[in-house]
Amino acid sequence: MTILIKGAGVAGLALAAELARRGVGVTVADCSERPLGNASSMAGGMLAPWCERASAEEEVLTWGRDAADWWDAMLPGEVTRNGTLVVAPGRDRVELARFAERTSGHAVIDADRIAELEPDLAGRFRHALFFDGEAHLDPRRALSGLVDMLESRDVRFYFGGAPGDASVHCALEADCTGFAQAVDDPDLRGVRGEMLILRTAEISLSRPVRLLHPRFPVYVAPRRDHCFMVGATMIESSRAGPVTVRSMMELMNAAYSLHPAFGEAEVVETGVGVRPAYPDNLPRVKVNDGVVSINGLYRHGFLLAPAMARQAADLLCEQISGMELRNGTHG
Amino acid sequence: MLELYGRAISSRLLLGTANYPSPAVLQRAAREAGAQIVTVSLRREIAGGSGRVGGFWSLICDLDVQVLPNTAGCHSVKEAVLTAQMAREVFGTNWIKLEVIGHHDTLQPDVFALVEAARILVDDGFEVFPYTTDDLVVADRLLDAGCRVLMPWCAPIGSARGPVDKDALRSLRAHVPDIPLIVDAGIGRPSHAAAVMELGYDAVLLNTAVAAAGDPVAMAKAFALAIEAGHLAAGAQPLEPRDVAVPSTPVIGKAVFS
Repeated sequence: MTILIKGAGVAGLALAAELARRGVGVTVADCSERPLGNASSMAGGMLAPWCERASAEEEVLTWGRDAADWWDAMLPGEVTRNGTLVVAPGRDRVELARFAERTSGHAVIDADRIAELEPDLAGRFRHALFFDGEAHLDPRRALSGLVDMLESRDVRFYFGGAPGDASVHCALEADCTGFAQAVDDPDLRGVRGEMLILRTAEISLSRPVRLLHPRFPVYVAPRRDHCFMVGATMIESSRAGPVTVRSMMELMNAAYSLHPAFGEAEVVETGVGVRPAYPDNLPRVKVNDGVVSINGLYRHGFLLAPAMARQAADLLCEQISGMELRNGTHG
Repeated sequence: MLELYGRAISSRLLLGTANYPSPAVLQRAAREAGAQIVTVSLRREIAGGSGRVGGFWSLICDLDVQVLPNTAGCHSVKEAVLTAQMAREVFGTNWIKLEVIGHHDTLQPDVFALVEAARILVDDGFEVFPYTTDDLVVADRLLDAGCRVLMPWCAPIGSARGPVDKDALRSLRAHVPDIPLIVDAGIGRPSHAAAVMELGYDAVLLNTAVAAAGDPVAMAKAFALAIEAGHLAAGAQPLEPRDVAVPSTPVIGKAVFS
């Protein structure tokens, strides 16, 4: 028995991986070509449930704390467990105290310890918060890594068109199409996110650094080949059009205030994604007419996809055993 | 009861809609505060788009409140006027909270551009709620332009400092006794809101103080209570401070027996 998963963003691929791990046959279809996923490939890839708790519900921490282990098990070597550093520019230092008050799992560290952790930030900040239990990964490597891993397990992929005959062979369906599902789900809304990828060999970071600012908290996450992802805006809009000047200025300004050498970095890419979100900004696993869906991952795709994939896989496995019982094929 | 452009309003707490942890928390906070008017920005949200009302706005509309669109993020007369006109299309209201920012860091209003934009919008049929300073002359100019409500700051936006110049607020109140005055920016705590209401202000508009609180829903309630308390107190003729102690019961050896 094969399950058809619609959508090859982080939700669909995590579900495929979770089902494959449980020995269930899977086919994945996505109407777009690679790169994978609209919102997912623009993600920061931070597995940072303690930091996110500053402005998210408790569930983000409960569901997200095992995410790094899940990704590590699926894609050995892709997860970097170096924690997260949170800093604030001098005059916004009150923001650091506020952030500390609202989160757990951190230590307040001084300039010497900052210099040990991130030598390139030496002397730039007097205090920081260090969340040593957090991790990060490169979303695009993780997505294509999942595709390769699944293909090696004989999972079939259909990109760039309707699933067509793929659906004929599949007994069950799962919908992981993200914001595209909003036409059928009135609770789902789009939250626009804009990001930049910068490249400079002058700076290296070993972990994502969050910069607190009263108006727009941003992060700089290190990627391979001297690249850095700077993100991300949160605008209540489902428009996917190009990045605006103001957003780009704000993101560049934040990177520049983290380290002036970013002023000479190359802007390699700008990106825009529309995050699917429910009113409480928490994801949901739903069942509609027998179709299981994962949606509303908001800004927590890589962090919460594993927990949602487990929940959805439980439901699908129940459906399978129900069908097998009815068909009399169950031992 | 408070009347704003002919509309009777029972809640003196106006709520901004930015920076909440989620729209669900915003909805609960607005209900807990009993807010009847919420203000929404759309400069960035509809930029380059079709002007279609998105998912967030339909959640606001679910609240069954009067929407007061604002021109937050506008730095010129032209931008503010255009944003106001778009807001009228999107939300179907003539109300506009007019903000023209003069300084991008402190978000201090550009009062010159504000007066000019107010005149254009009033002539175009808008009912304008101008975000202004506590300056009396600017207040007069805005009234000349046709504004019938004023929204002075009590401290810079988001600073949470509370009323930094009570004398200025008091003299503005005395200067325009019949115009509804809504404190628009700078409130951090319920005690600040109570203090400006005690000065005889008509209402308070809050955003960051509620949205960025650890528990926005509880904070919304706390503000609603404080605003109500301050308003009652203003009508109950509070005592003025005195330089010496004045005991409430006679003291032996003084007054009665001397």
